[in-house]
Amino acid sequence: MCATCGCAGDGVTIVAMHDHDHPHDHDHDHPHPHDHAHPHDHAHPHPVVADPPTAVVTLEQDLLAKNDLLAARNRGWFEGRGILALNLMSSPGSGKTSLLERTIRDLSAEVEVSVVEGDQETLLDAERIRATGCRVVQINTGSGCHLDAEMLASGLRTLAPPSQSVVFIENVGNLVCPALFDLGEQRRVVVMSVTEGADKPLKYPHMFRTADLLVLNKLDLLPYVDFDVEQCLAYARQIRPELPALTVSATRGDGLDGWYDWLRGQLPQRDV
Amino acid sequence: MHELSITESLVSAVLEQVDGEIKAVTVVIGRLSGVVPDSVRFCFDVCTRGTRLEGAVLEILEPAGRAICRSCDEVTDVADGIPLCSCGSVDLDVVGGRELSVKHVEVVV
Repeated sequence: MCATCGCAGDGVTIVAMHDHDHPHDHDHDHPHPHDHAHPHDHAHPHPVVADPPTAVVTLEQDLLAKNDLLAARNRGWFEGRGILALNLMSSPGSGKTSLLERTIRDLSAEVEVSVVEGDQETLLDAERIRATGCRVVQINTGSGCHLDAEMLASGLRTLAPPSQSVVFIENVGNLVCPALFDLGEQRRVVVMSVTEGADKPLKYPHMFRTADLLVLNKLDLLPYVDFDVEQCLAYARQIRPELPALTVSATRGDGLDGWYDWLRGQLPQRDV
Repeated sequence: MHELSITESLVSAVLEQVDGEIKAVTVVIGRLSGVVPDSVRFCFDVCTRGTRLEGAVLEILEPAGRAICRSCDEVTDVADGIPLCSCGSVDLDVVGGRELSVKHVEVVV
């Protein structure tokens, strides 16, 4: 992490998860802002000088242009290989990793799955995914609060997913920042759980506006919490009227057939 | 704090494309863009330190949110991230307020 501002640019580490225990750190060649400005105080007065003439240079450039360009590159990379890439986003603790563990186990005979794990720190999620036997790479964003297209591109080079497979990208648990960053995925899936407030879609509209699917998880806990499923879905559709939604329990298995059917429906048509 | 990444993009985009001394930068951050102008101002000071942009004035234009109702075709103002038409519909096409761009810079000639 950059000591000046805590910026994430140089704090990103990508760790391939091998069967044997040799995590590799990769250094990235990002520029560092320097924090040693040297203001000089002068004891003598300066003559007053007129401001130099200036000119306006028009740029009209989207501030996310660089990310969007890299995202488009990732999208082409996936499409060229017939890979379905899904960006899973949620607040921390909604059960994304549990849903992935279960999904990988249930679909492993059907399609090859690999996972890009995004977290600020630790290899914990990647280790859980690795235990299912699937290929996984962990991206630690350091102080960063989201994955961006460049991080994903680096992760994909390490992950090397096979053609005609599915890549799940488990974004950093955060309902705010990941919404703004296109990674080049084909679909964006927002995972919520019934232990969160039903009003999350209204509180974090950017996330829900860009979603292609809402998965409401932890249905098994519904009897123990005050959560109105219909109200939550109504709020979500207030933000995105056509948003499809599934209610599931990743631990007990409720509703997972619907999730798997949705996934099958997203798979690219294979050449016969 | 996605504003930090966005401000880094702003600074690198300007430095890559503009030579010489830069006096001011004008960016457009729509009110529905999901980006907080005050955070960008804070990050701009930090991200420009030690660069040619250090000390440059950051001007932020904040266009309001506008949407067209798909039910009644009315154009309506959108104050927050939850578009709602006076006819009661929530099915609106947002046509303004999501801008996020660097508009122009003022350079010494």
